[in-house]
Amino acid sequence: MKRALTFLAFVAVIGILWESLVALGAWREVLLPRPSSILRYLAHAFLDGSLAEAAIVTARRLFMGYAIGIATGLPLGLLTSRFAIARDSIGVVALGLQTLPSVCWVPIALLWFGQTEAAMLFVVVMGTTWSILLATEAGVRSLPPVYLRAARTMGSKGLHTMFRVLLPAALPAIVSGLKQGWAFAWRSLMAAEIFVTILTGFGLGHLLHYGRELHAMDQVLGVMAMIVAVGLLAEQALFGPLERWLRVRWGLLG
Amino acid sequence: MTEVSQELAPVSPSKLTVRGVSKSFPGRSGTVLALDEVDLEVSEGEFVCILGASGCGKSTLLSLVAGLDAADKGEILTDGRPVVGPGRDRMVMFQDAALFPWRTAMGNVLFGLELKPNLDRAARREVATYYLGLVGLSRFAGASIHELSGGMRQRVALARALAPNPSVLLMDEPFAALDAMTREKLYGDLQEIWRKRRKTIVFVTHNVREACVLADRVVLMTPHPGRMRSSFDIELPRPRDINAENIAALARRISKKLEAMGGEGST
Ligand SMILES: Nc1ncnc2c1ncn2[C@@H]1O[C@H](COP(=O)(O)OP(=O)(O)OP(=O)(O)O)[C@@H](O)[C@H]1O
Ligand SMILES: [Mg+2]
Repeated sequence: MKRALTFLAFVAVIGILWESLVALGAWREVLLPRPSSILRYLAHAFLDGSLAEAAIVTARRLFMGYAIGIATGLPLGLLTSRFAIARDSIGVVALGLQTLPSVCWVPIALLWFGQTEAAMLFVVVMGTTWSILLATEAGVRSLPPVYLRAARTMGSKGLHTMFRVLLPAALPAIVSGLKQGWAFAWRSLMAAEIFVTILTGFGLGHLLHYGRELHAMDQVLGVMAMIVAVGLLAEQALFGPLERWLRVRWGLLG
Repeated sequence: MTEVSQELAPVSPSKLTVRGVSKSFPGRSGTVLALDEVDLEVSEGEFVCILGASGCGKSTLLSLVAGLDAADKGEILTDGRPVVGPGRDRMVMFQDAALFPWRTAMGNVLFGLELKPNLDRAARREVATYYLGLVGLSRFAGASIHELSGGMRQRVALARALAPNPSVLLMDEPFAALDAMTREKLYGDLQEIWRKRRKTIVFVTHNVREACVLADRVVLMTPHPGRMRSSFDIELPRPRDINAENIAALARRISKKLEAMGGEGST
């Protein structure tokens, strides 16, 4: 609570300083508008519904892309952690592709899918799958072997071992992988929305892009603030409870 | 029965037979011969302690009997059948409890039961509840593993190993990390459980007194390479008290023997 107050005070001080500097004519408002006009834009866009609409479009894409990323990355990660042949093939590919910044997927996505939702999803999925795959693999491979040995003596093997032992045992590592994957998905989507202009569904990235085209700096900054807020909120809502639950059950996880 | 017919009656095969078993591991400075031509016979319901210094291959031997690893040479039989892999007839209590932190105490005991065919949900719960009670943890069925003390964790591990009803229980220094008071309580409880459940137990330890309190027979091992040496039958009445004079005297004798062999074994 005290920390929140400190932060609010900090924001207020910066805001007032900024506002008065603009009022004194320290710089041109086309380049950096005053906080009050950014707030005015946000209020306006909120009231006419354009902001909420864009946020919903963006959130829908994000969740879909992220879900597909998990659905592919997690099982593949389990495979590469268990089978040398998968590790030496898919694992190596993942290692390489993970270093590729997600914007680099935009050209190929446009060529393959055109200016469509599919192109957008493709970029997000490529941005998340590999990091989730690698986190899962690392999580499973760093497990103490005694879990596996204990499970084997009790008759566990094959898929049972994979889903009843490896997966839950690696869960703390997997959750931090998922969190990282989430950050990647969010960044990829913003890249996709800024670079892929489509007519169906106008996301936050598009709003940002058109703000620039229109030289509406209040819009650019307002949407940026909105993107930060959505990112923070979603992460809290998604991972807060999950991490709390892990802490209760596993005991140690920070 | 006459002496002759007794002589001619079929010999009941031992519960567990280890014959000429060797196992080596590749190490940084050449291969380590962890077990060298080891023989061991354990009969039904017997409590055998394998006593030896760190690194003499005790854990290796248990892994082989459990079927978690394969021997390089020799054979291992339970009830006359060769061991080819893990089986519910041989359960292991590992050196560290190896409990699953994502499951409750009850969940851990249920794990092996879930893999046992012909048990429905209610039956599994009933069995798990019985074993948690047997180790004195009825009240902690729903506890997370990290909420339990070291001694309680070993109790859960014991319940988990007993639950699938194995005929042979393999215990790898299960009490080594516990304080003396907790350990003494567990010695009593383990003997009680062993008597009640009629298990064949192979218990590995480097603690001489522990072996004297628990075992029907103590088998000495020496390291580098791991070998079986002499064995002592212990015919003291049970329950035994670790602080009793007869245990202390016996422990002194065995320690002397072990020391003498240690000089001979490590060349
Ligand atoms: N997986 C392995 N890889 C390489 N060497 C091993 C392996 N397992 C055991 N060894 C070696 O085999 C020997 C016997 O090991 P083992 O763990 O069976 O000893 P132990 O009697 O159980 O010792 P402790 O009392 O310390 O548990 C040791 O020298 C050890 O270094
Ligand atoms: Mg050991």
